[in-house]
Amino acid sequence: MQEQEEAPAFLEESDIAVIVNGHSYERRVPVRQLLSDFLRHELHLTGTHVGCEHGVCGCCTVLLNGEAIRSCLMFAVQADGMAITTIEGMAGNNSDLHPIQQAFMEKHGLQCGFCTPGIIMTVHSMLRDNPNPTEEEIRHELSGNICRCTGYQNIVEAVKLAAERMRAFQSESEMD
Amino acid sequence: MKPPRFQYAAPRILDEAIALLDQHGEEAKVLAGGQSLVPLLNMRLAGPSYLVDINHISELHYIEPEDGYLAIGATVRQRQVEHSALVKDRLPLLIEVVQHIGHMQIRNRGTVVGSIAHADPAAELPALLTCLNGEVLAQSVKGERVIKAEEFFTGYLSTALEPGEMLTEVRFPWIPPRAGWAFLEFARRSGDYALVGAAAILTPDQDDRCMTAHIAYLGVAGSPIRARAVESVVIGTALDDVTRDRAAEISRSIVAEDMSDVHATTEYRRALTAELTRRVLKAAWDRRQS
Repeated sequence: MQEQEEAPAFLEESDIAVIVNGHSYERRVPVRQLLSDFLRHELHLTGTHVGCEHGVCGCCTVLLNGEAIRSCLMFAVQADGMAITTIEGMAGNNSDLHPIQQAFMEKHGLQCGFCTPGIIMTVHSMLRDNPNPTEEEIRHELSGNICRCTGYQNIVEAVKLAAERMRAFQSESEMD
Repeated sequence: MKPPRFQYAAPRILDEAIALLDQHGEEAKVLAGGQSLVPLLNMRLAGPSYLVDINHISELHYIEPEDGYLAIGATVRQRQVEHSALVKDRLPLLIEVVQHIGHMQIRNRGTVVGSIAHADPAAELPALLTCLNGEVLAQSVKGERVIKAEEFFTGYLSTALEPGEMLTEVRFPWIPPRAGWAFLEFARRSGDYALVGAAAILTPDQDDRCMTAHIAYLGVAGSPIRARAVESVVIGTALDDVTRDRAAEISRSIVAEDMSDVHATTEYRRALTAELTRRVLKAAWDRRQS
């Protein structure tokens, strides 16, 4: 949205500019469009899943300026000028999986996979703030993401493995 | 589940926001963190014609220690309070309470003032504000007014705010230095709205007896309730087991008759209220500095 010199008017549509996974997008959006629907329908980034659409299930979790949020509880127009990371932005350009994705694959941290993108984004922000979480902390931080298949055991195992590898990678980089 | 049509404005100045709210009265709603309003829109339980997004109003973005209270402006997110060194140092009870709100993803967007304005009877912050005997600041084109918590929460999702008025600040009074405090709640799953919760602030006198008591509950009626009947039981005592049992028994009567719903019966809420009373009094008293 441009800087407004005049008193702001009420709008039904608005032009927005966002950076999603490092790419710039400019679109005109209806103001009532949810960020989750903008990502899926406008940008065709369908990795962000939509479950309950009232902030309970966690499937639509994305990073907004680095912080994990529910993309179903925010309008696309509100993301104007902000940077968003979705599950599509996790793997590197050379198609290597992110260590969190790799750990989920190896530890069978998913079955049907519907909740997985939201969980990966949550885990990403968790491990950034707390690189060495206890099992209790992992379970607490995951409490905002519902999985109906796994019983969570292997998700917790995957987070532990991802944390271990990311810490090892971090300390290697520090030694270099 | 998609929100109904509405018109949207995102002013950068408080005066503009107030003017927009004044133009449209009851047809307009304030959008801050959106963690309560957007679900209501998605489920079409609310359908305002106009939304005034206040997220760009930088003058409302402050956590300020004032004489007698901590002031929090309308765009401060719950997560920022959780991570605030000032709050941790001066009003740690607020952090303990905020950590019970929803999940991390919700607190990253949800605002402190928005939770107060939404006035859900099962929400944590309205109960804390009631317990502390705090105040809110409401502004409109007519000027500003300060409202006491117990006069602000008028019933289920209802407040003393008038059409065209906007909540711009919440004031959490400081706790006496020697006071012990605690907040406990019972929810079926982590992050769910609690069935019942209780906050207690107990100040000891020189003989280590309870001099003042502030006790408030969530989930027991249409709005948060400060329980003076329970407070009067503990004042003057040393918070022994017998006193806590008596307080617990009396706290049952705080729960309104019509609190049975799909989550819990009134009788179950009474049992929870009694047990939480027992525990919150002990936890608060154990933290006092005698």
